[in-house]
Amino acid sequence: MRENTIRYGIWSILAMLLLVAAVKRENHFDNTKKNAGDTLDWPKSFGFGRKASAIQIAAWDIDISPDGKGLPAGEGNVLQGREIYALKCAACHGATGTEGPNDRLVAAPDSTGKSTGAASDARRTDVRRIKAIGTYWPYATTVFDYIRRAMPFNQPGSLTDQEVYSLTAFLLNANGLWDEKVTLNAKNLPKVKMPARNNFVPDDRTDGPEIR
Amino acid sequence: MDKRDDKNGSAGIKISRRNLLAGAAAATVVLVQTAQGKAFQAALTQAESITDDPAKVPGVPPGTLGTRSAFEKPVKTPSDTSSRTPLQDLYGTITPSDLHYERHHGGVPAIDPSKYELVIHGMVDKPMVFTLADLKRFPSVSRTAFLECSGNYRGSNDGKLRPQEICGLVSQSEWTGVKLSTLFREVGVNPKASWFLAEGGDAAVMTRSVPVRKGFDDAIIAYAQNGEAVRPEQGYPARLFLPGWEGNASVKWLRRIELSDAPFMTREETSKYTETVGGGKIRQFSFTMDARSVITYPSYPAKVEAGWIEIRGIAWSGRGKIVRVEVSTDAGKSWKTAALQEPVLDKAITAFRHLWQWDGRPTEIMSRAVDETGYVQPFLKQLLAARGGNMGYHFNPVTAWYVQKDGQVLFKAT
Repeated sequence: MRENTIRYGIWSILAMLLLVAAVKRENHFDNTKKNAGDTLDWPKSFGFGRKASAIQIAAWDIDISPDGKGLPAGEGNVLQGREIYALKCAACHGATGTEGPNDRLVAAPDSTGKSTGAASDARRTDVRRIKAIGTYWPYATTVFDYIRRAMPFNQPGSLTDQEVYSLTAFLLNANGLWDEKVTLNAKNLPKVKMPARNNFVPDDRTDGPEIR
Repeated sequence: MDKRDDKNGSAGIKISRRNLLAGAAAATVVLVQTAQGKAFQAALTQAESITDDPAKVPGVPPGTLGTRSAFEKPVKTPSDTSSRTPLQDLYGTITPSDLHYERHHGGVPAIDPSKYELVIHGMVDKPMVFTLADLKRFPSVSRTAFLECSGNYRGSNDGKLRPQEICGLVSQSEWTGVKLSTLFREVGVNPKASWFLAEGGDAAVMTRSVPVRKGFDDAIIAYAQNGEAVRPEQGYPARLFLPGWEGNASVKWLRRIELSDAPFMTREETSKYTETVGGGKIRQFSFTMDARSVITYPSYPAKVEAGWIEIRGIAWSGRGKIVRVEVSTDAGKSWKTAALQEPVLDKAITAFRHLWQWDGRPTEIMSRAVDETGYVQPFLKQLLAARGGNMGYHFNPVTAWYVQKDGQVLFKAT
């Protein structure tokens, strides 16, 4: 009996030692949890970087929103836009904006300029697949923004605001969306109703098995 | 270089000129021992150092840059606007940085890192400017994830398409940088801000609107790729990286972030990276890349022999982890679960393999990926049906390979 107790005791001690070793081992080797976070609490601010000056922001802040926010002063007209287009754009987009070789810019919603009846609607759907300004672009402000920031391809950012207004007016006119006699400016550009506007729907795919 | 023909002679380095390869690989440097015992280095291409018996001549000494074997020539296929990764020539899951696909809209700019600045402004408490050095001082993060252009699909009728042509606008790197959430906290983003504009400093001054929640979730401003500075084609010196989302939104050469309460409706997110989905509707802001897989071996232009073939490929999902890849070797009649190579990472390319004994009879092999949300990669017909017969962006169909009697493998649409 006494022997059994001693044996039991030895086993208990051994088991405890193993347990301690195991715990120690865990502390020593399993450092995944320990290092998952950072060693110190993060400060509210690291203080790296410097305050952006209004001048620096203004120099780069060239985006234009659909409501017209960001549009510069000035104006342009279709006539001047047509001249600039022939000189600086036609080589890539074609004489009338339909020939390419690069992106097609012009496509009237309907060749007759009117949309009536089912047959015409079908044609509208077809033509909408052409990603031209008149058939696919939902906002006229985007035309101004994109031309000013990235065109012409070989001289990006080289056009004056007036030239960009004129080119925008010309392209909207070629797509049947702007009157040749009216000058285009920051006030009336955002008001242009683009034919494709209501075709855009937000992404409706969800995480899951559905194919959409 | 003329010293190579020094009258003192070189120490046994026989230059086998008949092995000179056209358009030889980058120059390596060979140590040449002169009679005086003075060592100097002479430029020598690796192709020039190819000998009949490499065991009988000293090899190329250590150099300042490693080179790819002169016998290996994986190349991207460039067009005017993009360049595709040679998926069929790669192994594992990491794309060598010089083979990472390219897509840009105004060419690759050369940006001096000492002049680089990132401005964050708009709906923030403190509009800030960060230099590259500033960005590197912040707590950093590394993440292995895929990047894929949402226009990543090509098909053909003659079957002569490699994975590179079909879906070579996907690549994977380990990206390192600062979490955008770290910078958002630094500038104090207004809780009402819901979108931010990301703008590049390239000739297109590329812009995309991105939901602020993605910025707080897992967006990275990456300044390193696969252990070195981000490559110029990938946005040097710093780019936005949005794990699992269409590549176009991960704006490269990032120079400005503007916080706002509405999307900016830039040219890319309206007239370009949107897709017609039937009923005259155009889907917008479809950021997530759906699950996809492709067998990279055997694939066109490979020719196989009857017997044991390890079918290999890659799978990925913008929604999370790949949980299963199924492989069919009988044109989709039956499917078997492929082995996935660990580690399987979130929003990352996962390699799969399936051992197959080909009996030599013509058949079709194909793979389909399943992700952790239960999404199963669809067939082409399913996709077309779901989108009113339209193709376009976010097109991720099952890719089949037709194995001819003579072993020639050809692309086949599903």
